[in-house]
Amino acid sequence: MAETDRLSQTTVASPVISPVTLLRIAIILAVLAAWEFLAHSGWLYRDVVPSLLSIGRAMAALLTDRNYYFNLGVTAAEIGVALAIGGSAGLAVGLILGANRFLSRAFEPYLYYLGPTPKIIFFPVMIMWFGVGPESKVALGTLSCFFPVALNVAAGMRQIDKVLIRVGRSFRANTWQMVQKIHLPAMRHPIINGIRLGLGFALIGTLLAETKLSNKGIGFLIIQTYSIFDMPAMYAMLIVLFVLAIGANALIGKLGGLDSIKRN
Amino acid sequence: MTTADTPFVASGRDYSAPLVGFGTFVAFLLAIEAVIRIGWLNRFIVPPPSEIIASFGRLFTEEHVLYRFFFTAGECFIAGVMVTICGVAIGVVMQRYSLLQRACETWVAAFASAPLVLTYPLFMVIFGRNAWTIIIMGFLSALSPVILKTIEGISGTRKVLVNVGRSFKLTATQQFWKILFPAALPTIFVGIRLGLIFALINVVGTEFLINFGGLGQLINDLAERYDLAGTYAAICFVILVSVLFFIGLEKAERWLRPIA
Repeated sequence: MAETDRLSQTTVASPVISPVTLLRIAIILAVLAAWEFLAHSGWLYRDVVPSLLSIGRAMAALLTDRNYYFNLGVTAAEIGVALAIGGSAGLAVGLILGANRFLSRAFEPYLYYLGPTPKIIFFPVMIMWFGVGPESKVALGTLSCFFPVALNVAAGMRQIDKVLIRVGRSFRANTWQMVQKIHLPAMRHPIINGIRLGLGFALIGTLLAETKLSNKGIGFLIIQTYSIFDMPAMYAMLIVLFVLAIGANALIGKLGGLDSIKRN
Repeated sequence: MTTADTPFVASGRDYSAPLVGFGTFVAFLLAIEAVIRIGWLNRFIVPPPSEIIASFGRLFTEEHVLYRFFFTAGECFIAGVMVTICGVAIGVVMQRYSLLQRACETWVAAFASAPLVLTYPLFMVIFGRNAWTIIIMGFLSALSPVILKTIEGISGTRKVLVNVGRSFKLTATQQFWKILFPAALPTIFVGIRLGLIFALINVVGTEFLINFGGLGQLINDLAERYDLAGTYAAICFVILVSVLFFIGLEKAERWLRPIA
């Protein structure tokens, strides 16, 4: 009863908009006002910082343009294929390295140190191997997303509760059953985390490759707006891309239940 | 992945696994060499490893790789200094004002997951095709981890240390410089280490993309000249530099850890 009273008092006392939300709104308004001021100040070259209105117009034009959705589809397909190939390969390698300590000590250092190297430098090699079409972009995306998935899965595999493994063995589960019934369910969070990271890296790898050498895809559209100095369109594309990337990242986390991790 | 997760650090004195790893790598190179010499693999797509190794000397004498290395290192250094000053300062301010932290921390985390490197055409327009575009790309990509780790480090200071400071009636400034900052330093360095790794990746990547600067431009140049062995050698050189850079940062982090 006392708890109910306390809760109801809290509800009554709390303002309609929390101070955090108010501060967020204030920051957003301040940034927008500063942007608009800068756009009209003449301190920078014209259109380097376009007015909010022109960015809004460019965004409306972008979102109603069929060509944009075609290019978005191309990029999404490249990223999807890259994530499927790189993610599956990373999962398999991670499972093998996580399950075998000797193999892990033999080969994981190479993955660990190659993982954070800039993958875009492999793009010339990918062009030689796979040509200038979407295949080389998929290949770079695959390479980019393989390492975080493999390293996360291997680390997750080593952190599985030993009791679960003993339970599986006591039921005389074979290797496939162990993977299917024990390892994969116990490693849901490291795998989802790996895929989240992998998606981010695949997205960056694929889009950067498109900006370097391509004739379709979002990366191509961005570099095209740079070439013709259409700054409002470039800002609009970058904003939409950032929203999509952050949204996809959050969605994978939510679907994987990362928000509801409970540790007893 | 933290250094504690790496299975090869605490390996004792048994070198059999690393030897198998290295042996497999050498065997792979020999197999590639053989396959190319037999003619099963086109040497105009994949040059023989012996040619790649032979090209290393050329990188030093003809391509001035050392100058390029120092150019890239300089860009990384400037980005690193900028990100350390700005990232730590922003983190300290955010941690000091709880409301600001609650309002902005999720934004900073979202900023970290955004593909920031794709804004490089924007900075080319603002700064031109020069080193500042590259430095800013390195700076922006490195900012989030430094801010987040600074907040984490200061927030995680042990209560007993803070109480010791209070019992000595330290002012807020003294409390920060004598208690909070030294206690948070190892965690802040983790952020700086992550930030520097992101900075290096983005600096080399942007150099490659805008064809300007040090090692990234060298790879682009060699690829455009269709100097295959040189391109592969330059890529190997960048990987080597990156790996040595990461190992150096890890060692510095381990050296700093006992301070906590």
